Amino acid sequence: MVAKFDLNDDSVVVIVGTGAGGGVLANELAQKGVKVVALEAGGRHLPEDYLNDEWDAFGQLSWLDARTTSGDWRVAKDFSGLPAWIVKAVGGTTIHWAGASLRFQPHEWKALTNYGRVDGANLLDWPIDADEMAPWYDQAEEKLGVTRTGNRPGLPGNNNYKVFEKGALALGYKEVHTGRMAIQTRDDGDRTPCQQTGFCFQGCKWGAKWSAAYTEIPAGEATGNLEVRDRSHVIKIEHDDSGKVTGVVYADKDGNQHLQKARLVAVAGNTIESPRLLLNSASNMFPDGLANSSGQVGRNYMRHVTGSVYAVFDKPVRMWRGTTMAGIVQDEARHDPSRGFVGGYELETLSLGLPFMAAFLDPGGWGRSFTSALDQYENMAGMWIVGEDMPQETNRITLNSEVKDQYGLPAPNVHFSDHPNDVAMRDHAYKQGIEMYKAVGATRAFPTPPYPSTHNLGTNRMSENARDGVVNKWGQTHDIPNLFISDGSQFTTGAAENPTLTIVALAIRQADHIAKELSAGNI
Amino acid sequence: MTETLSKTGMTRRELLARSVAVGATFVVGADFVAGNGAAWAMETTAVKPESMATLIQMARDIYPHDHLADHFYATAVKGYDTADSSQEIEDGIAALDAAARGKGHADYLSIGWERDRVEVLRGMEESAFFQKIRGGLVTGLYNQKEVWPLFGYEGESYSQGGYVSRGFDDINWL
Repeated sequence: MVAKFDLNDDSVVVIVGTGAGGGVLANELAQKGVKVVALEAGGRHLPEDYLNDEWDAFGQLSWLDARTTSGDWRVAKDFSGLPAWIVKAVGGTTIHWAGASLRFQPHEWKALTNYGRVDGANLLDWPIDADEMAPWYDQAEEKLGVTRTGNRPGLPGNNNYKVFEKGALALGYKEVHTGRMAIQTRDDGDRTPCQQTGFCFQGCKWGAKWSAAYTEIPAGEATGNLEVRDRSHVIKIEHDDSGKVTGVVYADKDGNQHLQKARLVAVAGNTIESPRLLLNSASNMFPDGLANSSGQVGRNYMRHVTGSVYAVFDKPVRMWRGTTMAGIVQDEARHDPSRGFVGGYELETLSLGLPFMAAFLDPGGWGRSFTSALDQYENMAGMWIVGEDMPQETNRITLNSEVKDQYGLPAPNVHFSDHPNDVAMRDHAYKQGIEMYKAVGATRAFPTPPYPSTHNLGTNRMSENARDGVVNKWGQTHDIPNLFISDGSQFTTGAAENPTLTIVALAIRQADHIAKELSAGNI
Repeated sequence: MTETLSKTGMTRRELLARSVAVGATFVVGADFVAGNGAAWAMETTAVKPESMATLIQMARDIYPHDHLADHFYATAVKGYDTADSSQEIEDGIAALDAAARGKGHADYLSIGWERDRVEVLRGMEESAFFQKIRGGLVTGLYNQKEVWPLFGYEGESYSQGGYVSRGFDDINWL
């Protein structure tokens, strides 16, 4: 029986957002007997709804509310209203993600200590480390069914992977395989095995890829402790005179506003919306926004050093067939400043369909240089770069008072400029990626610029000291004991790995902590 | 050819009888533009047929694919043939023709070599008109399902069971 809680029930935990952070936290708390109301801005879309069509799926799933951009990143010029390619739906961006599930490397938890001070960067050590996180990563890998963990085999390599692997081995890379993927490979689990359909980014119609939409959410609802209200967009967090939060105001699908009371509020609306909500909740007591005594709310926006390399061969590859991102080279993920930058990067297979290739290969490009590349679409292979970018205080989410969303609230502005370390890393990765493909006989290669961000991190960062960040090692805000952050905005630094596994591990750990603190009466 | 492009109720001979050639590629009539030889035709209601012919050539010059027939480009820009858009299109085409005249040509469509047309386009690359047409083509041209097979792209695959038994790993030249 799906739970239904009263708006005035102030014993519930309210979670804002239902993606990798919020969706997992909601289910984990519900399993422990904690009553939860999860408010999700988007609607419900399940595998039968997903579309094997790039633009149609983009229109169906994407977060397209008003947003603005600034800074020297090319996204601000080519996609000025679309800083991020993320999902507005129950399950959040776990519908769109590719499934790559990598643990942080131990040294990445302590970036300041291990990299030293970097001019212009706001580096900081996480207040947690690899030993602390190991058991939570174990649980996360089991929950997601990650290949090459536990006793699960890897996925088979598709055409795009085979080209990628041959090039990587030719360059002498050793850590080359089909990835650690949250994708079902065998007939022995709850999810259908991967059918090599492609369209991982458009929502997996087989449900082979883990998504909170069809795992965590129904599992949580089945406990009778979780109520998910979809198309419910939280616009403000309320607090009392003691400075504790008391509930949230949200707009329902018809635009009617309601106040849901709460014992505790956990914000998991993604790295753009979460700080925006704290800033939009400013009050007389908290004139700079909630939990912002450090001034760090919205700052240190990270999006990973990304970019793609596509290459053309003299024979067909048909890269779009099969799992989109089941292929990785990890040799460059190490920290090795002799390469001219701190931190490291992963190379992962990637393909786009023809419609998105036209939009993203070289945004704004035209003429024969551009079209002769697309003419070779069938003969293309592709890879994606994902590396650690430097947190910078000036890269940040702010409220744009000039542009309002559908509720009349200031839209978020996303400001981002590359740090010199980011540029050096990207250039190195472009060179290595091109070399890989040249080694397999590529006749032409394309160092493709970053897409609108899929990895959005760092704007409510975790810190040992309250002056340096927004939340403590549990994701609890330094300023307000019953206000938590549960998404990627907690990230102190970004590491080189795709972030979802770490967001899930942190959410499982946070649920354990919150349940204990609630039953002990400490919150 | 898509239905919206056919000049319904008119035979090729009738259509050609009512048209005059513009440039080397197109013929226009009072309310239509057609491929030379009338392989396809497109009615116009708001934009002048001569302007639409120029717009179709401009579309091909922006994203030239020699294996794509003109009607794909016509389909990509036919959405501008509305009362709301027509003035902007006419102004833009007038500016394009003026730029062509500035380089010693009679008008844009009469320029024989693609490289010379591209030189005209480069000169107006930053204009709002050029960027609107270019940006619209990214979806208007490449999101036509009919062009996908011409690039080898196979589109939707779920209904066929994905590629697990249909060649996801069939590369044979490595």
